Amino acid sequence: MDTGFRLAMLACALAVLGILGLIVYELITRSALSWHAFGPKFFFGSDWNPVEDQYGALPFVYGTIVSSILALLIAIPLSVGVAVFITEMCPKWLKGPLSFFTELLAAIPSVIYGLWAIFVLVPLLRTDVEPALAKTLGWTGLFSGAPYGIGMLAAGTILAIMIIPIISSITREVLSVVPQNQREGVLALGATRWEMIRIGVLRNARAGIVGGIILGLGRALGETMAVTMVIGNRPEIAKSLFAPGYTMASVLANEFSEATGDLYLSALIEIGLAPWLAFSPTNSAKQPETFICRR
Amino acid sequence: MRLRASWFGQSRVVSLRGRMSEAKVSSAKARSAPPQVSVWRRFVNHLMTGVAVLTVLIVLVPLVAIFGYLLYKGFGSINWAFLTQTPKPVGEPGGGMANAIVGSMFILAIGSLIGVPLGIGAGIYLSEYGRNRFGDAIRFISDVLNGVPSIVIGIVAYGVVVLRQKHFSALAGGFALAIMMIPTIARTTEQMLLLVPQAIREAAYGLGIPRWRATLSITLRTATSGVITGVMLAFARVAGETAPLLFTAFGNQFWNLRLDQPTAALPLQIFTYAISPFDEWHRQAWAGALVLIVLIVGAVAAVRIAVSRGTLAGAR
Repeated sequence: MDTGFRLAMLACALAVLGILGLIVYELITRSALSWHAFGPKFFFGSDWNPVEDQYGALPFVYGTIVSSILALLIAIPLSVGVAVFITEMCPKWLKGPLSFFTELLAAIPSVIYGLWAIFVLVPLLRTDVEPALAKTLGWTGLFSGAPYGIGMLAAGTILAIMIIPIISSITREVLSVVPQNQREGVLALGATRWEMIRIGVLRNARAGIVGGIILGLGRALGETMAVTMVIGNRPEIAKSLFAPGYTMASVLANEFSEATGDLYLSALIEIGLAPWLAFSPTNSAKQPETFICRR
Repeated sequence: MRLRASWFGQSRVVSLRGRMSEAKVSSAKARSAPPQVSVWRRFVNHLMTGVAVLTVLIVLVPLVAIFGYLLYKGFGSINWAFLTQTPKPVGEPGGGMANAIVGSMFILAIGSLIGVPLGIGAGIYLSEYGRNRFGDAIRFISDVLNGVPSIVIGIVAYGVVVLRQKHFSALAGGFALAIMMIPTIARTTEQMLLLVPQAIREAAYGLGIPRWRATLSITLRTATSGVITGVMLAFARVAGETAPLLFTAFGNQFWNLRLDQPTAALPLQIFTYAISPFDEWHRQAWAGALVLIVLIVGAVAAVRIAVSRGTLAGAR
């Protein structure tokens, strides 16, 4: 009986292994056709033409990377600021509600972020933010062209809103395990509070903050629904952030169930395989304490 | 006094002339710097405090805006018909998402039926038998699986279930959600079981209870509320998932409670309606979003209550 129970539990644990095997097997066997047809060129071709069975994934790779980097650029300073405020400056009564609210942001399903982005964020970008950006920073070439609202900028903004809770909650955990005597030591040398935070807290927490950022990046790269709803879904590479784009996850969401032809389906699955292989290392960021570097 | 400080490799020398005796050492709440601190350093201190407060305000704006809009638009659009009727054809006003609400619960039930026992079983293995290399491997794989983008899970469920069944089905949707639940539940169950004191297990063995019975009736029983917390969190996480259902459950305009037929789901319906060009459908998308968030926040609130009662209430 004991052996039986042990074997049953072992079977459950093997299910986890089985899932991994299933994912790898499915993705690799079903994308083999496209891999044989295009080889590594697949990720460097920019022609996506299902009618002529020509597939190049570069626009999707580009859109995924640019929208995620944009999201990080917006989210990193904001989330680190929030984490510093909550751990170092916040009055006690505000601490609980603030962390609860930022965690609540993480509980909202991505389709609701998308819904909000379509009806609130995109019109706001179209009428106010994008014209203002074009006027002041238009010379850089990043903010030129017609302000549709929908496009790379909208995708980056909504992604930033979605990853701020992740980065800030991990940063908060990391900051809170920085030993108290580090703070006291710096203060004892006569530092102001900001100098104490910079020298005594942030420096010690550097590696942990980077871990949080990597987790946020993983989420941004794999995010599907909210991005699909606002990025414009056009497989083109444009310099301007106002222009519509496409990401790897959103081309899957849009075209997978309508894909006709084996090569088309296989090309889409290859797009699904690539991000997964790229993101899986982002998951070692589990224990915030391990990131504290002690000297 | 001089202090070498480096931040991201940059090295600079900060001179700190404040008198040590006057610095507040007791806590991080030293509000005022010592009197001899230069004007510039005091200015930077205040500036950075202001910047931190500003970031909090900037982050709170979208949060408040999202919840405000959701409540405002959702309550403005929800009505009895929405909760009790199926969708009307395009152009006809009225109708609702009753089939999608029930469909979502149906798919979630299938996912939980597959995912919860397997996840808890894997958790039990990890905590009771998994203190070895194989256990470490399973732990690592669970963490990797937790980070797989949900759309990729959808592709796998498509390949495993839909292609073999030859059409989209509720079963495929449930299978996809189960795959997402298992690693999360396994890890939280393991952590909760590890919290149970070793002495309780030993007491059970001392009474001559066989190991399997001790694990199920003593260890698991003691950690029940913690395990339930983990299950509810996994449930809340997959309840709002849209991407893995797109090409598994697929959506349906009518009632379906058969395993092998396409089934409507709330997140799918919200997605379809949100990107449609019809005002009436936009209205219903907001109402659907409100129902979805009430379901999820309800689950999370239930978890909070369970946690506040103590994850190990039985062990005390």
